[in-house]
Amino acid sequence: MTTLTIEPAREQRAEVDPIPLTRVVSVELRKMFDTRSGFWLLSSIAITGLLTMVATIALAPDADLTYYTFAKAIGFPMTIVLPIIAILAITGEWSQRSGLTTFTLAPRRGRVIWAKAISSIAVGVASMLFALLIGAIGNLIGTAIAGTTLRWDVSVAEAVNIVLGSLLCLLTGTMLGMLIRSSAGALVAYFVYALVLPTLFGILASSQDWFRDLQPWVSLNYAQSALFEGTLTSDQWAHLAVTATMWLVLPAAVGLRLVLRSDVK
Amino acid sequence: MITVDSLTKKYRATTAVDDISFVASAGRVTGFLGPNGAGKSTAMRMMVGLTQPTSGSATISGRRFTDLPNPGVEVGVMLDASAQHAGRSGREILTIAQQMMGLPSHSVTDMLQLVSLTESEADRRVGNYSLGMRQRLGIATALIGDPAVLILDEPANGLDPAGIRWMRDLLRDYADRGGTVLLSSHLLREIEMVVDDIVVIGHGRIVARGAKAELLQATGTLVRARDMHALRHALDTHGLETTAPGDGTIRTTADVHRVGRVALEAGVPLTELRTADGELEDLFLELTANTQRERKAA
Repeated sequence: MTTLTIEPAREQRAEVDPIPLTRVVSVELRKMFDTRSGFWLLSSIAITGLLTMVATIALAPDADLTYYTFAKAIGFPMTIVLPIIAILAITGEWSQRSGLTTFTLAPRRGRVIWAKAISSIAVGVASMLFALLIGAIGNLIGTAIAGTTLRWDVSVAEAVNIVLGSLLCLLTGTMLGMLIRSSAGALVAYFVYALVLPTLFGILASSQDWFRDLQPWVSLNYAQSALFEGTLTSDQWAHLAVTATMWLVLPAAVGLRLVLRSDVK
Repeated sequence: MITVDSLTKKYRATTAVDDISFVASAGRVTGFLGPNGAGKSTAMRMMVGLTQPTSGSATISGRRFTDLPNPGVEVGVMLDASAQHAGRSGREILTIAQQMMGLPSHSVTDMLQLVSLTESEADRRVGNYSLGMRQRLGIATALIGDPAVLILDEPANGLDPAGIRWMRDLLRDYADRGGTVLLSSHLLREIEMVVDDIVVIGHGRIVARGAKAELLQATGTLVRARDMHALRHALDTHGLETTAPGDGTIRTTADVHRVGRVALEAGVPLTELRTADGELEDLFLELTANTQRERKAA
């Protein structure tokens, strides 16, 4: 009789509240930095930011010591580190097999991936604001040392573009993480994406006339680089929209589908 | 309660799980047994939504696992104790589970105590854990939400004898308090003591299922004599079906009284006579004989 009375009490527990998205995001954010590799990746953002600032002060010609120089120099390593962080946030679940626990605690995988993307973007925005801040400090120190005039030659709109450009790099990492679901594979793919493809497109554009006009519509990297160069024309925005759809949104949709359907072993 | 209904998983050429149905009841420990590669893990992954079934369904207290609002507080799952990020500490892994389920933070230290992981062990990275420690951590992760149902894949794997004893007591107590336990194993001995019900699976199909007591009852009597030839002859003349498992004994489906009487009448002194109780392993081998990878060299 005891089992009969205990049984329903245990099985029909009080209303269980669903896991709010904010909780998934905070857990995923924590998971990005609670391992040694995660900690050092985060640290590398600060370290490379500071090193680049020092290097810019030491090496850049005095005439170039403007805010734009600093912001661009410090932003560059971010475009390498941020995608790596975004990739590992996703592929770790498969490469380290922790997904077995993650996706049983939160079986709606789309939500987990969404939370990971939100966390990655949060880290990306924070890192870029940090880069802009370090750049400002570098500008103050650099011009003081060189005795040149202080120039703030980056408008708010341009700063927003730089952040946006970095976030596109980061989201490329998220996309490749979903598509490939293996840390090594996705990292290699990212460098193909970021270095090999643009070079190939560049060679093609310089040797084939018919491709020259096509390049902005085909190469995401080409369209994206405009974001780091100032404000965009409406044509350039169109290039960005088309190439981002082709190289980012569509593969991300395929990757998401794979994530949702694949076996987690 | 776990209800598995016609669960099937087909991969391109193979059928990993072939139309299995069973119920794991509350207050009981159900053993999910089968040789390696029989489809146990695939079936368990389907129960918790990690693998999509080709057809059929599995429900936990009437709901699909993926529909549970906060699964961790309703179903404790451990599918592979080694499937953890090697760079996290045991405490961190438990903390992640605690936070995802929205539990009070003291539950982490409570669980560490429950599974006997010391404070210093908890702070070590899981990459340096022994398999036994990982199993304990996995059990802690499964139990932290105080769920009513447990699904454990090979929980005794890697535990020392004391650890197996500990696990057995823990699961027995859990089921006695009304919980549902489904655990898999490829070693019968390992779970023989703790299970109430058994589901035996081979090559994706269920080959036997029922209460342990019932399954044991069907195994009959085991008898041994110095003069095996005379014994065999006596049993044959009384029309008892016999088999020789090859270990110097004779097996028969007749009960102990009948066999003893036959031997007495025939004047064959017996050296051993008992019900084939505790011989679940023989049953297991017998049931899976034609589905096992290594066929016994006859």
